[in-house]
Amino acid sequence: MDINFIGLILASIMASAVPLILASCGELITERSGVLNLGVEGMMIIGAISGFALMTVTGNLFIAVIGAMLAGLLISSIFAFLTQTLITNHVATGLALTIFGIGISAMIGKNFVGIPGKEFPVLFDGLKDTIPFLGPILFGHSVVFYFAFALPFLTNFFLKKTKIGLIVRAVGDSPVSASNQGINVKLVRYSCILYGGAMCGLAGAYLSMIYTPQWIENMTGGRGWIALALVVFSTWNPIKILFGAMIFGGLTIIQFHMQAIGVRIPVQFLSALPYIITIIVLVVISRDSRKIRLSTPSSLGKSFYKDN
Amino acid sequence: MKLPPKNLVCLWEGEKLIKIVKRDQPSRAIFFLTPVLAIFLTLVAGGLIFYILGFKPFEALKFFFIVPIADMYGFSELLLKATPLCLIAIGLSFCFKSNNWNIGAEGQLTFGAIVSGGVALLFYNQEGFYILPIVLLAGAVGGMLYASIPAILKTYFNTNEILVSLMLVYVSKLILDYLVVGPWSNPEGFNFPETRQFSESARLPLLFEGLRIHAGIFLALAAVIISWFIFYKTYLGFQMKVSGFSLKTARYAGYKGKKMIILVFLISGACAGLAGVGEITGPIGQLHREVSPDYGFTAIIVAFLGRLHPVGIIFASLVVAITYLGAETAQIFMQIPKYTGQVFQGMILFFLLASDYLLFFKFKFIGSKK
Repeated sequence: MDINFIGLILASIMASAVPLILASCGELITERSGVLNLGVEGMMIIGAISGFALMTVTGNLFIAVIGAMLAGLLISSIFAFLTQTLITNHVATGLALTIFGIGISAMIGKNFVGIPGKEFPVLFDGLKDTIPFLGPILFGHSVVFYFAFALPFLTNFFLKKTKIGLIVRAVGDSPVSASNQGINVKLVRYSCILYGGAMCGLAGAYLSMIYTPQWIENMTGGRGWIALALVVFSTWNPIKILFGAMIFGGLTIIQFHMQAIGVRIPVQFLSALPYIITIIVLVVISRDSRKIRLSTPSSLGKSFYKDN
Repeated sequence: MKLPPKNLVCLWEGEKLIKIVKRDQPSRAIFFLTPVLAIFLTLVAGGLIFYILGFKPFEALKFFFIVPIADMYGFSELLLKATPLCLIAIGLSFCFKSNNWNIGAEGQLTFGAIVSGGVALLFYNQEGFYILPIVLLAGAVGGMLYASIPAILKTYFNTNEILVSLMLVYVSKLILDYLVVGPWSNPEGFNFPETRQFSESARLPLLFEGLRIHAGIFLALAAVIISWFIFYKTYLGFQMKVSGFSLKTARYAGYKGKKMIILVFLISGACAGLAGVGEITGPIGQLHREVSPDYGFTAIIVAFLGRLHPVGIIFASLVVAITYLGAETAQIFMQIPKYTGQVFQGMILFFLLASDYLLFFKFKFIGSKK
């Protein structure tokens, strides 16, 4: 096994981590504002079909990517309106969003099954072979890929160093005090939910347009839920999402390679591995209840109602 | 014109003013009326979607909600689909009432089906009155075992039960897939992903000649009655209600929170497991790849639509079961994609949650102002 091959494997692990990073970073901002949106899976699948459909119909990749983000934003606005304006339960509304999203996406996607996708342009493809090992890791990826790996750092900077980031955290930790400071809690939460929706839409578009360029029903296959688990895993720290997503991306890729070299383990067991590992990791992280309590946004999942 | 004060929402400019006021107490009448409102709104929105898709809205709704249950066979199919939904939703209502978010009933159903299917295969080609009870028990135990995982992880390791129970759904489906393709597949089955047919004694008897409705419906009805009794007539039901409202209060009153969590998960696991047994020992009589068309997830909607009340859940399971049948009929007769069923299910829950607003707030007319 030469060093270039390891580089290639690492690059493929990174590629499979991209949708998880995008969705988790979006959901992280939403959760930091105190809103628990369980609709990640639904928003991702809506993004996936919207991106693919727009790409097929318009032929323009830029429109497709932006459209997928808008679709994710649009569907999350239902969630935002229900939980923020009509003060519904976050968990139930998120579940409804997922069920609805999967149904709608399958309905729209009926006419797009079996259509081959388009090739998505990659950047710096020529530089791939110039550096051994690092070449395939650094070069020859789509613009979404580079964005995804910058996103955790941007998110971290946003939350820790900017005023708006501080406001988001304040709203998540104590909506009452934030409101007393004159912050419009509803507006902040609305924005965070919509942002999360757009990121999940982008994550879905990455799956259907770049990672496996085609539309398959239910193609997110639980990635949305793993993204939700990643937010807990990261203890609401965006940088740790990067590592978590790499681990889960690695599990997916290793599964393929183990099948390829003929390891005699049932394929179903390998497919179940990411879910089982998620549970184990969740247990290990959550066991320390003090740490979880310190890092969880205090108002997470609780509705805020201000009697004006 | 003078602008209305900030807390007044002006609906007809200058004429009438409507104020949104928080109710002192949630309205009980509206509590049971909003599900009806939600169903009505879903029909309206559904008609709109059909219209956008290019179908005649009324005709499509007719094929979706009336044609499937117009004859005896259709009605029995409705009961057939409503049975597992009702059974699972009853179990879930124990969890939801006490604020435990078990959303992995689909996994508990699948695991119940796996365990009971395994036991039924042990009795392959054997007959005896004792077989069916053992198979049923195995299913319930399977569901309970599977539900105990998120329960124990929640109580002793502080792990989020939503994510754990959901991850286990994917795991259970993969286990089932492994078994029916591999070790349990029918040796004479030409490699179809299914097991041997269970013996007659391992199957829930069909109730009528020519219809698929089976004795599982009595399990669901028994669950309804027992749960009603537990909720409203026992101390346990009271404890559950209190812990649902406020965990702190429950702890202060000295209720055993951890035991309660495990108990409600076991109950809902048993119900889901039994629903799984019904699916494989009823009309089908073997284990195969898809034991349930997401009954476990849909039952969450049923539980909410039924207001976590046993009688409400009966009605809700019938209503939601129509979406399954309607989707099939509409696909056959009008080429409407079958996923419309899921879209309707999602919408029902959306509208139900939205109309809950009326529970806590009321619109107050404060006359006309010039």
